[in-house]
Amino acid sequence: MLNRTADSVARATPEPLARKVRGISDKGLAWLFISPTILLLLAINIFPLFWAIYLSFTNYRANRPNEVVKNLGLANYRRILGDQDIWIAMQTTAHFVFWTILLQTLIGFTLAWLIDRKFRGHAFWTTIILVPMMLSPAVVGNFWRFLYEPQIGLFAYAISFVSGIPPTDIQMLSNVSLAPWSIIIVDTWMWTPYVMLICLAGLRSIPEYIYEAAEVDRASNWRQFWSITLPMALPFIMLAVLFRGIENFKMFDMVNLLTGGGPGSTTEVASITLKRQAFESWRTGYSSAFAIILFVAVFGLANIYVKALNKVKQR
Amino acid sequence: MKSTLKLKLGLASAMLASTAVSNVAHAEDLTLCWAAWDPANALVELSKDFTKETGIGMKFEFVPWTNYADRFLNELNSKGKLCDLIIGDSQWIGGAAENGHYVKLNDFFDKEKISMDDFVPATVVGYSEWPKNSPNYWALPAMGDVVGWTYRKDWFSKPELQKEFKEKYGWDLAAPTTFDQLKQIAEFFQKREIDGKTVYGASIYTERGSEGITMGAMDVLYSFGFKYENPDKPYEMDGFVNSEKSVKGLEFYKALYDCCTPPGASNSYMGEGVDAFKSGQVAMHMNFAFTWPGLQKDENVGGDKIGYFANPKGPDGEQFAQLGGQGISVVSYSDKQESALKYIKWFANKDVQAKWWSLGGFSCLNAVVKDPNFPASQPYAQTFLDSMAIVKDFWAEPSYAPLLQASQKRFHDYVVAGQGSAKDALDGLVKDWTQVFQDDGKM
Repeated sequence: MLNRTADSVARATPEPLARKVRGISDKGLAWLFISPTILLLLAINIFPLFWAIYLSFTNYRANRPNEVVKNLGLANYRRILGDQDIWIAMQTTAHFVFWTILLQTLIGFTLAWLIDRKFRGHAFWTTIILVPMMLSPAVVGNFWRFLYEPQIGLFAYAISFVSGIPPTDIQMLSNVSLAPWSIIIVDTWMWTPYVMLICLAGLRSIPEYIYEAAEVDRASNWRQFWSITLPMALPFIMLAVLFRGIENFKMFDMVNLLTGGGPGSTTEVASITLKRQAFESWRTGYSSAFAIILFVAVFGLANIYVKALNKVKQR
Repeated sequence: MKSTLKLKLGLASAMLASTAVSNVAHAEDLTLCWAAWDPANALVELSKDFTKETGIGMKFEFVPWTNYADRFLNELNSKGKLCDLIIGDSQWIGGAAENGHYVKLNDFFDKEKISMDDFVPATVVGYSEWPKNSPNYWALPAMGDVVGWTYRKDWFSKPELQKEFKEKYGWDLAAPTTFDQLKQIAEFFQKREIDGKTVYGASIYTERGSEGITMGAMDVLYSFGFKYENPDKPYEMDGFVNSEKSVKGLEFYKALYDCCTPPGASNSYMGEGVDAFKSGQVAMHMNFAFTWPGLQKDENVGGDKIGYFANPKGPDGEQFAQLGGQGISVVSYSDKQESALKYIKWFANKDVQAKWWSLGGFSCLNAVVKDPNFPASQPYAQTFLDSMAIVKDFWAEPSYAPLLQASQKRFHDYVVAGQGSAKDALDGLVKDWTQVFQDDGKM
């Protein structure tokens, strides 16, 4: 049947075209098929990257199309690395990445471990837990902004109910000490299910017979957890940390929607600084250099981490 | 078979022809770009007369204020043809002129006998001229605007509150004429119970993302003695931007934010201010004059319940206000410049300007605003006139964007986040602005 179809297609192919196709090797044909994708990647990924690298050495500003573009050498990079505000933004980012990952891993793994018990209705609860992750960050950011509202927000009323502090004094987004935590809470709420899902995959991949052998050896539940569950799920936990780490390093939407980097510069993470430099101050060359520095930092850290992950997997 | 083919071909040709004809009919439609706000709706209404008179259709591209600058500056920088006419912000004029985004209008004004002397002088300098105070015109003043204040006249006139206020401060509760008085009133109303509801003193600009806190802080700083530069030596800012008087002004703005704004008002601009006033949260409300027609009509807080006052005086009796508003320009990348200029000519007409004011726009034409009937034409008309007489504007340099970003950061860090002192903030601002002008080769 297949041969008949192929034959009929071959017969239907015009002779000049058939002659051309016959001349192409298998490798050539493979290149022919993947070339559109490669061209697309080059156009929308690789070219902009090299263009940004070029711009990072210039004083180019996108809002001054008629101005002469000067080569500045490494001046943009020197200025960024010596800029106090950039270092503060990097510290804010590090603080944000550390706490979100810590909380998401702890809560996500705990939830995965509980769901893995396969209690009655566990499928229903898994679905419920996954809901925040399925929402759009724009929606999440906006409704949490209302929840945090000190005069009408449910969050302020809930805290007030528990603590007795008047709700109007609970200014999550305006208070310098609380604003970073308001973002950490929302990010944790939204992305813990993602970590849970990866951890759950890890827990479900542990063969049952290992636990049965441990039972035979009369290992306690605690011992089973430390000696079997955690080490065998560790590569999955590390993978979740890697994904969330990369994502949160470049976090923009949630911060922009909730605080816009404020109050003051309290929650101004690196991506917000980058956006301000690139699209509000229009310092295109300078912001390109900053983007390259961020890219190298994430790429370098991710590489070190992947090596550590491979070591854990090989144990 | 042949006849079927002919029929098909005939139908296809007819369809193509009708599409082409409709395209021709709309080829001269003009697209006007502006912010999405109440005056834009008034302009849509007004522009129907232009279409009636000339047969030229009008399309509108309105973008919310939060994305207005990003969207349209991107459009201009990429030499886009979306906008034939643009009502661009006053601070864009330097960049738009120097980068060739706007058509220079001098020859056109001369040809059509449109004189800039016919417009309110502050609006000509603010919206049309680049370099400032030189007869080089890039826009026609379109929408006069200025920061002023509204207050709850019904609360101010409550006898029990008047009595209590007089006992406490020694003067009659009324619209303030100095910033000290304004703060006393704001303190008096802060967290007060009125009609069973907790109310607050004042809504002021604190927004971080675009230009909010700069517009608000500058509105106060000018009257305290702030100056952008040495009047005798351009771009010399040390001792002017961070003078003792400026420091006092910024300290005052922070004190007003700390004592007398509603909870959580750390990122308020025009929309949030209107919401706070409309929902009966605040006794006074800082905002651009364009919000006044809408508030005047509001069922809950408008009518007899609302009053207006111009920016009060500073400690030395100086009185200034932050200029808002925009001019209308022809985009140099447009293919329909001739029709766009026709629109400008039509818009400059006295009758059109009078109708513009009646629909809720703020005309800048002397013939309209100096008409003897003008002050009584709306409850806020006199305050608008008083305010337009005392305006000052932010830098309109081609580098206004980084200059604005620097002040947004310095002011928000100090006023809202409470980091450092007012002196630190203004010293830092001098440093940032100096860097911007050095990068531009102006220092």
